[in-house]
Amino acid sequence: MINWFKYSAPSTFYPLAGKLIPVFWTLAALLGAIGLYISFFVAPTDAQQGEGYRIIFIHVPASWMSMFIYCIMAFWSLLGLTFNTRLSGMMTRALAPTGALFAFLSLWTGALWGKPMWGAWWVWDARLTSELILFFLYIGFMALQAAIDDPRRADRAGALLSLVGVVNVPIIYFSVKWWNTLHQGASVSLTKSPSMATTMLWGMLTMALAFWAYTIAVALMRARTIMLEREGNTEWVQHLPDVKEAA
Amino acid sequence: MPVLAAYFAALQRDLLLVMRRKTEVLTALFFFVIVTTLLPLGIGPEPDLLRKIAPGAMWIAALLATLLGLQRLFAADHADGTLEQIVLSPEPLCVLVAGKITAHWLVCGLPLVLLAPVIGLQFDLPADAIGILMLSLLIGTPLLSLLGAIGAALTLGARGSALLVSLLVMPLYIPTLIFGAGAVESYIAGLGASGHFSLLGALLILAAAFAPWATTAALRISLE
Amino acid sequence: MQWNNASEFFAMGGYGFYVWGSFGLCTLAMIAEPLLVCQRRKRAIKQIQNQLN
Repeated sequence: MINWFKYSAPSTFYPLAGKLIPVFWTLAALLGAIGLYISFFVAPTDAQQGEGYRIIFIHVPASWMSMFIYCIMAFWSLLGLTFNTRLSGMMTRALAPTGALFAFLSLWTGALWGKPMWGAWWVWDARLTSELILFFLYIGFMALQAAIDDPRRADRAGALLSLVGVVNVPIIYFSVKWWNTLHQGASVSLTKSPSMATTMLWGMLTMALAFWAYTIAVALMRARTIMLEREGNTEWVQHLPDVKEAA
Repeated sequence: MPVLAAYFAALQRDLLLVMRRKTEVLTALFFFVIVTTLLPLGIGPEPDLLRKIAPGAMWIAALLATLLGLQRLFAADHADGTLEQIVLSPEPLCVLVAGKITAHWLVCGLPLVLLAPVIGLQFDLPADAIGILMLSLLIGTPLLSLLGAIGAALTLGARGSALLVSLLVMPLYIPTLIFGAGAVESYIAGLGASGHFSLLGALLILAAAFAPWATTAALRISLE
Repeated sequence: MQWNNASEFFAMGGYGFYVWGSFGLCTLAMIAEPLLVCQRRKRAIKQIQNQLN
């Protein structure tokens, strides 16, 4: 059995992450290229929405990723609070900006998709509204981390906040949906002809996997940077080839 | 029972402190009144429009007024070192925190419920709708205090904590706002408010079970 | 393949602005983010080196 705790020490995690980063960058580039090819050349023109529907090939994966990353953050937080490992706080902190970026991209592409489709940049659709609230949750998390000076305390406070957030996300989504039906707001429907559906699903899945590889690569890079920032006066950091090389 | 005694001791202590500094409570209340007065001035005095926005407007004002008081929940005790004594005391911290949250609600939430009829008249709400509004605030404001306490404890000692609390807590208030204001709206629309009330009640029970516990954890993190 | 030439591809059946606005910003953001992280990393390394010297 692998001793997972061994890898949770920054000094062992740092070189491991360094080896993994190029792998995930390659994966992200490959999958991204395939995904773009599917979304522009394989997927046919939609009967109702013309070419404008191609936006969903990034809109939907970006939304998935923004929710997925929040769950991963909650998972790391739970690990961090139970086992009190330093790594988990660093990973949570490394993931948050990327999650916020995906939430923002999902909103941005949603607006650009909504304008030609419903004639409005923003509609109070349950999913879009929940995405906006998720974006606020990310901003809140990052603001809390930035406001606490002691990194260990910031990690633990952030961990608790993301756990509280992850419990609340389904409740928020449900309440927004309830509110939406009460007010009979616009609802975004993605009805497609069945032949269309498989290609679209494949396109979105490939893009989602590309985003996923991208997230891992960027998060590992950021985690490594955070390690350098925090453990600058430890022996292992000072003996890193990265640090010595450029000197 | 010693647990109950501890709860009431914490509650009584906080209430006593508030009684000595009445202006702070009155400020939050006055804030509630002034926000709800400014709204018609900004939107226009048409009774139909006012009646339509009344539930949402009053709920948002209540939410903001609760936020104002949150800062005080732990900050003063933290500043003079009492909070560390409280954390070190042999009584379960969770119970003491619950007492403090109750005190916050009694001071910041309950007066809003009692003020609601007066503001409701300003918005030309019918008497039965005012009753529903009061009931929704009665169930909803404790929820606001409970959720807010988590935020207040998390930001204790952080830079710019007063603003940060609002940033953290506001998204969590969304379900309460939706069900609270929605109860009054759907009652006025003739749909009945029982569904909203059951959901608000369910949220309150959930929050009452978990929020003091989460607040306790947050306090321990902030004080370590 | 539904595109006859490049200009048709870039026009996206009249939705060019919306489609390229979405894909463009996504690409831009996904290039900018790693670059920013790299910059932050360089700053961190420089700080450690300053400390050592």
